[in-house]
Amino acid sequence: MLNPDSVGRTFPGSDAITVSQNEIDAFCTVLGETDTSIAPPTFSIRITLEQSQAILSNPDVGLDWTRVVHGDQRFQIFSPIKAGDTFGCSSTIESYKVAAGNEIVTVRSDLHKGSELAVSSWSTLVVRA
Amino acid sequence: MVDFGGARMIEVGTALPEKVFYLDRALLKAYADASGDQNPIHQNEKFAVSVGLPNVIAHGMLTMALVGKYVTDWSGGAEHVHEYSARFIKPVIVPADEKVDLTVSAVISALEDGKVKLDITATSAGVKVLGMAKALVSKND
Repeated sequence: MLNPDSVGRTFPGSDAITVSQNEIDAFCTVLGETDTSIAPPTFSIRITLEQSQAILSNPDVGLDWTRVVHGDQRFQIFSPIKAGDTFGCSSTIESYKVAAGNEIVTVRSDLHKGSELAVSSWSTLVVRA
Repeated sequence: MVDFGGARMIEVGTALPEKVFYLDRALLKAYADASGDQNPIHQNEKFAVSVGLPNVIAHGMLTMALVGKYVTDWSGGAEHVHEYSARFIKPVIVPADEKVDLTVSAVISALEDGKVKLDITATSAGVKVLGMAKALVSKND
């Protein structure tokens, strides 16, 4: 079970992450996208999935990642991602409830480029009973 | 590129042409590597079945990324996508040695502050896989 004290808290991710052209190219190739000058709209998941997984699996938070199902996803993109951009990532546990034994957690991940918020994304994760 | 055939009429209710993407196991592996999501339910049939799934399923985020490609083709590039959201209501099931469809269409649902809101429909094998799929874009002509 998720530690109730963690709801509403913001957790900083690890050190800053720099996006490479190779990473954008690989993502674009899967989608058949030939314009690799800008990352596709969902590219930020490559950064935030790992970061939020590390944060939520931390014993202080206590989410059982092995039983997680992705319920929904939302992106708000203020500034598109390009190769060479360096981001700091944080994750905030915005809401938590238990329904029919399933835990439902909404996590917001923010990517900051310097002081500027570039991308916010919300993931609803369902931890199956 | 999705060929939108010069459909330039932007008003509420305008339907955008349908586009079909095809997914197979190789694409799932490529997406696993590109996204970093190596969950075995997207690659290993035995494992997927052992956790109660009918077969290997596509990453929900791969489905969303492909639908995102539909959106960026229409908007004129990723820099024109401001918001994008979807609910994962049914999995895209990907049997070995098969190509399965992801059929995407959209309707202009609102115009706000020079931006266009799209309501998107995505199905695979006739089953709706995304719910409440929406994008807010600025159209580049």
